[in-house]
Amino acid sequence: MARMNMIEAIRDALDVKMTEDSNVLVFGEDVGYFGGVFRATAGLQEKHGLHRCFDTPISEGGIVGIAIGMAANGLRPVAEIQFADYIYPGYDQIASEAARLRYRSNGEFSAPLTIRTPVGGGIYGGTTHSQSPEALFTHIAGLKTVIPSNPYDAKGMLITAIEDNDPVLFLEPKRLYNGPFYGDPHTPSVSWAKHELGEVPEGHYTVPFESVRKLKEGEDLTILAYGTMVWVAEAAAKEAGVNADILDLRSLLPLDIKAISESVKKTGRCLILHEATRTSGFGAELSAQVAEACFFSLEAPIVRVTGWDTPYPHAQEWAYFPGPKRVINGIRKVMGQA
Amino acid sequence: MTKKSNQSRLYVPEPPFRPGDTPDYSHIAVPVDHTPPRPDPMCEDHETAEHALKLIRVLRFNGEAAGDWVPKLTPDQMRKGLRDMMMTRAMDDRMFNMQRQGKMSFYMKSRGEEAVSVAHAMALRIDDMTFPTYRQQGILIHRGASIKEMMCQCLSNAGDRLQGKSIPVLYSFRDFGFFSVSGNLGTQMIQAVGWGMAEAYKNSDGIASAFTGEGATAEGDFHYALNFASTYRAPVILNVVNNQWAISSFQGIAAGEGETFAARGTGFGLATLRVDGNDFLAVYAATEWAAERARRGGGATLIEHFTYRKEGHSTSDDPSKYRPENEPEVWPFGDPIDRLKLHLIHIGEWDEDRHAAQEEACKVEIRNIYKEAEKMGTLSSDTQVNDFTMFEQVYEELPGHLKAQVEVFKEEL
Repeated sequence: MARMNMIEAIRDALDVKMTEDSNVLVFGEDVGYFGGVFRATAGLQEKHGLHRCFDTPISEGGIVGIAIGMAANGLRPVAEIQFADYIYPGYDQIASEAARLRYRSNGEFSAPLTIRTPVGGGIYGGTTHSQSPEALFTHIAGLKTVIPSNPYDAKGMLITAIEDNDPVLFLEPKRLYNGPFYGDPHTPSVSWAKHELGEVPEGHYTVPFESVRKLKEGEDLTILAYGTMVWVAEAAAKEAGVNADILDLRSLLPLDIKAISESVKKTGRCLILHEATRTSGFGAELSAQVAEACFFSLEAPIVRVTGWDTPYPHAQEWAYFPGPKRVINGIRKVMGQA
Repeated sequence: MTKKSNQSRLYVPEPPFRPGDTPDYSHIAVPVDHTPPRPDPMCEDHETAEHALKLIRVLRFNGEAAGDWVPKLTPDQMRKGLRDMMMTRAMDDRMFNMQRQGKMSFYMKSRGEEAVSVAHAMALRIDDMTFPTYRQQGILIHRGASIKEMMCQCLSNAGDRLQGKSIPVLYSFRDFGFFSVSGNLGTQMIQAVGWGMAEAYKNSDGIASAFTGEGATAEGDFHYALNFASTYRAPVILNVVNNQWAISSFQGIAAGEGETFAARGTGFGLATLRVDGNDFLAVYAATEWAAERARRGGGATLIEHFTYRKEGHSTSDDPSKYRPENEPEVWPFGDPIDRLKLHLIHIGEWDEDRHAAQEEACKVEIRNIYKEAEKMGTLSSDTQVNDFTMFEQVYEELPGHLKAQVEVFKEEL
């Protein structure tokens, strides 16, 4: 066991796979000699060589495009998109090509690639460094979209992603890179070094996608969250004085609906959190699936707490962010106290 | 374009001829003497800059092969090329007619462009992965893929290797170096660069060869491909098949007038060749040059194949609505089959009787294969693929939500 923050855990996963499998290649903007703007690939070029970890042109469509060709030709490319906000030029290659190659060739070709990209706000990144575009990807058949919330999961899930024979979008909540974030920017941040999930086993291990992680066992309500909002949920539930079943989804597609519905059937109440904009967000899908599976167990309407339907503002970052106050209001609403 | 005033005006290019006009293309008939010299395949990129502006030709219109691009092909090889082109055309004609009879949803012919696919494939190794569009079926015919399987794919029947998942002509034949054809245009150029980079990474001498029509060079993917191919010196051939028409838009819409598509590569530092796409020997020679360059570590070449789409874009298109009906006949570069035939006759290795007999033989062979293919069903018959296969190959393994949807679908039956 070693103490790692999330960046170190991600780097360790890459290192483990690059050491094990010469087919694993890592590339993206600034990832080579420099080691990435968030340092996720620091030292990998020096250790594994220029051919294994290298810089690309600023061309997300090109990055995803070569990853598809490499993956179809037997390699295991891990491409970094510097911010999820920049992924859209690569969207067609992801949605129309990577996700459909296996299908349209009836299994003759496939694209087992991993795309890593930082998501979410909390670093004053404004409209272009803060987005959470997961719902634009969970709508795509043939793609898997996953999002870890801590170093242990980040390493195990990234290894799972690289070994998966289908394309995986691996979203990294950038606000969690250094420590869990409980939603209040004015409280000094905690380091992963002081958290049990900052304990990361050495070497190879995997965390399966379709397996929600129960953060806390509770009877009062179920809170569905992923990424940064997992920790906001924990803090808000504590402050609201409720015993919540808090589920960290880990994977959005595929989704562990079985564990989710078991929890909601037990508590009868469901609160859904995400940082992304509200309308047609992934919360809408969760809400629909919970309603379909648990309607007769529900004691109150399902409640969603999300970012507003605006671009991610700069100066108003914390007014946009669905912090503890908004989550507590949501808890009160779903508990019938508001 | 001539500037007529000192004020900026919105300019929208138009093709020189529209329905009702008498097309005259005499101004672009480049004599074979204007062919640029053949440089060493390992030359510097800039040494091919002029090749992007000229036109590599080997076959004169009298059937003679001339110049330093004449490839060393035996009469047997040329006869094989001729036959592959004739089989491709015979298959296209048959499938087009069967589509008109309602046997399949859609079809796309490659008439007039057979040399681009057949001669190109002949100059590659069978393990060189091609990333074709829907108009390179000649690659499969040349490489010996099963024509019956191709037909079954178009018919979406029980013999369809893709089990009905793709529309007709979007073939996938991995064993024949034929990458799954995407219906989204231009996307595969950059994937071919990635494939080639992987070949180089594995220290293999395999190469990739990608195709796009001239219309889709306007897509970003084309420029990604040129950029990455240049940056990583990828062992690829990037082919632009300039057949003058992107559905109803003439080539000037994609590129602006007065530019060549090959010249797009110059600024990226790629080797660039522009070749008469109706000249079987020139296409072979240009491909052979680019393949050698890529295989020996010289990097990528952009080849513009200058040709003409003699038919509509697809069975859903009617070209008489936007271009003169006789334009295909007056196109000054002739027909690729006629030109290779004339050359073989010129060198005493072919004659009109043998040609007529082969034309009939191709027609009969295609008809017989088609009969066998149709026995396995058509899109409109009851021997289609099993509907449940639509859930397969979305992922390697069926995830929970799809398993649930399979159960719901069962209730519909």
